[in-house]
Amino acid sequence: MGKRVGMEVAIASAEAAALCKFDVASVYPITPQSHVAEHLSDIVADGRVDASFITVESEHSALSSAMGASATGARVVTATSSQGLLFMSEVMPITSAMRLPIVMIIANRAVSGPINIWNDHSDIMPMRDTGWISFFADNGQEVVDMVIQAFKVGEDRRVMLPVNVNMDGFQLTHVVEPIIMPDQEEVDKFLPPYEPFATLHPDKVVSMGTLGMPEFFTEAQKSKNVALVNSKKVILEVWKEWEKQFGRKYEPIQSYRTEDAEIALLTMGSMGETAEIAIDELRKQGVKVGLLKIKLWRPFPFDELKKAVKGIKVLAVTDRACSFGGPGGPVFSEIRSALYDVPKRPKIVNFIIGLGGRDVPMEGFMEMVQKAAKGKLSEPYEFYGVRG
Amino acid sequence: MNTAMQNPKSIESFELYAPKLATKEEFFVGGHRACQGCGEALAIRLMCKALGKDTVITNATGCMEVISSVYPTTAWNLPWIHVAFPNSASVGSGVEAGLTALRRKGKIADRRIKSVAIGGDGGTMDIGFQALSGAMERGHDMLYVCFDNEAYMNTGIQRSSGTPFLAATTTAPAGKVVPGNQVWKKNLPEIMVAHNVPYVATACQSYPIDFMNKVKKARQVKGPSYIHCFVTCPTGWRSPSETCIKLGRLALETGIFPLYEVEDGKYRMTVEVPEKRRPVQEYLKGQGRFRHLTPDQIQVIQERVDIEWDMLMIKVQNSKSRAELRAKRAK
Amino acid sequence: MTEKKGPETWQEINPGCMVFRKGSAADYHTGSWRAKRPLWENEKCIKCGVCYIYCPEGCITEQKDGYFDANMDYCKGCGICAHECWPGAIKMVNEED
Repeated sequence: MGKRVGMEVAIASAEAAALCKFDVASVYPITPQSHVAEHLSDIVADGRVDASFITVESEHSALSSAMGASATGARVVTATSSQGLLFMSEVMPITSAMRLPIVMIIANRAVSGPINIWNDHSDIMPMRDTGWISFFADNGQEVVDMVIQAFKVGEDRRVMLPVNVNMDGFQLTHVVEPIIMPDQEEVDKFLPPYEPFATLHPDKVVSMGTLGMPEFFTEAQKSKNVALVNSKKVILEVWKEWEKQFGRKYEPIQSYRTEDAEIALLTMGSMGETAEIAIDELRKQGVKVGLLKIKLWRPFPFDELKKAVKGIKVLAVTDRACSFGGPGGPVFSEIRSALYDVPKRPKIVNFIIGLGGRDVPMEGFMEMVQKAAKGKLSEPYEFYGVRG
Repeated sequence: MNTAMQNPKSIESFELYAPKLATKEEFFVGGHRACQGCGEALAIRLMCKALGKDTVITNATGCMEVISSVYPTTAWNLPWIHVAFPNSASVGSGVEAGLTALRRKGKIADRRIKSVAIGGDGGTMDIGFQALSGAMERGHDMLYVCFDNEAYMNTGIQRSSGTPFLAATTTAPAGKVVPGNQVWKKNLPEIMVAHNVPYVATACQSYPIDFMNKVKKARQVKGPSYIHCFVTCPTGWRSPSETCIKLGRLALETGIFPLYEVEDGKYRMTVEVPEKRRPVQEYLKGQGRFRHLTPDQIQVIQERVDIEWDMLMIKVQNSKSRAELRAKRAK
Repeated sequence: MTEKKGPETWQEINPGCMVFRKGSAADYHTGSWRAKRPLWENEKCIKCGVCYIYCPEGCITEQKDGYFDANMDYCKGCGICAHECWPGAIKMVNEED
């Protein structure tokens, strides 16, 4: 079953796309995604995948070209980060509205300003409402697995939506990790060839991207929302199938040592791995603490969250982005809202952590748990580790 | 009065009955919501006739997209996609890349389907300029056609970089102090020539056979090609709808919008202009957007048009194609 | 997917608001916009087709006898055909007349 290799995660993500035999890659380089762009072009230049690589002049065009190619029935991959993702933001909701199953690898990075090339989630959070399926990976293995799963989920006729796979910039992209690379035959068995719903071809004429007058616009939005909500069923199916074939389990919310936990941390992305170590350490000290890791951000896993917080008295939600002037971080807002009508809900506190590459060591998570234990912070939300 | 009646030869250097040779098949059908006498809708109709069935159209946001694709209907008989305002060229380049890859991999039938991206002057010369430059520079096998009606007509006649000097628009109005648009029209065909695009041409809805021939020629190019089609907008130009064709003809006969093509770097005039060009006044006077002009201002425009004409003639007379220059070196 | 002529519920909206019925804008008749209509005097017509080629609606077609006529479902009455007709075989008349 696959081969364990030591590989930089950015390169591994491109290799995963190669295993899916993409037809077109349309990518504009940006730190810390650059190695993905470079490696995808290597793969095409060496003929390892028979594909066109479009060296676009911007991220706006990267996603636009990706849409054009996807609309012809091609399997398309793109990748970006930070400002690049924001530059794409005009095109993001149109991609999902036009039901084009593009897969986008995102190397999460802080949004300017001040300009900062390091990791947080302030790039993807503003994209929350664009109608894409959003996966968050903890580590290199998950990045590889999720890229392959993303094509299968997005292309499913019951879904037909674009998928982004989020991996933390530098913390993941530039780190060499041991990764089990699936064999080509295995991936071929898992991922059928793409059979598009409709394509731009004179043999069957279609108009795509039509004008929605007020009398249809609401219906069109509802239809897109239902497609995204219903995609969860397919995601769960695909993850089950993945587990059966590859032995690695995926869940929308992964619980770690929460069985009898009274306090739980909640993370998204690579910081979950550090948090796990903190949990282990606290458990040694007798603290009844666990960890929840969100892997599926959109469609939001409401039922799974409700189940995951059963018995937990205090939930410390960590956010890797700010919602300036808002009620707390974006993840916190979602979690609190999702649990509002649960009668026995935990107290929820919010730490905004790890902005623009600020490291959060194990001790940091331990401290957060200690602070959270009271069920209340001194402020509505805390910029953890901020000086002054 | 119809200018062609005064000078029948000027209508075009083609046979009187040439319109009947154009295919009767319509790929852009009636029922679209363009204004009465829309030169752009006419140009689209003509372009589609010249392109034929094996074509995919990518449309920038703009008049033509809005008037042709009111869900659940479409005026298009060709595969058509619209994504947004600034990215027709990049979506079109993706269409080309997709079709090429799928054809090479045997996933679709092995025949050439041309990717054709279109946009208005705003979508091409302003907000879509970067995407156009990128797509042309990358060498995609695609045609881009800009339909230039010299302002953002879809949103209500705001000034674009295609708006001519002193024309009144809703964002460059003829005020008491500032008499309309204060800068000269951007010369986009020339910028496309500078991209080393193998085939660049100007065209106009008033010269349908010339336009269709250029589209056919551009379609044959294995690589990027660009056509800048000048189209009348009766609504935005404040001109009577029936003068649509006449205004295009006057734009040519005054030298304001000459029709030429640049093949492999060599310039060639494609439609004859009278030896003695008409004064620009004749073109300007029929349009409300120029109504405020003083004789002095008209003179400034006349001088500019004369100089631009001379500059173009220098290129027409002296330019050589790269192939010619290569052959010369070989000797 | 069966094509709906006029979707009413969200379930009836085609995925991506795609339109599969090509040329279906023809359902919409723009003839009602017209204030004037073209009238052909075939005695003057030289059958050159200038009216056909210059029609923005593509609604002027050659008849069996070689003369031209406009489909009044779509003619918006712009007057281009009358203005461009060399021999003056087309005139615009008030819609009400």
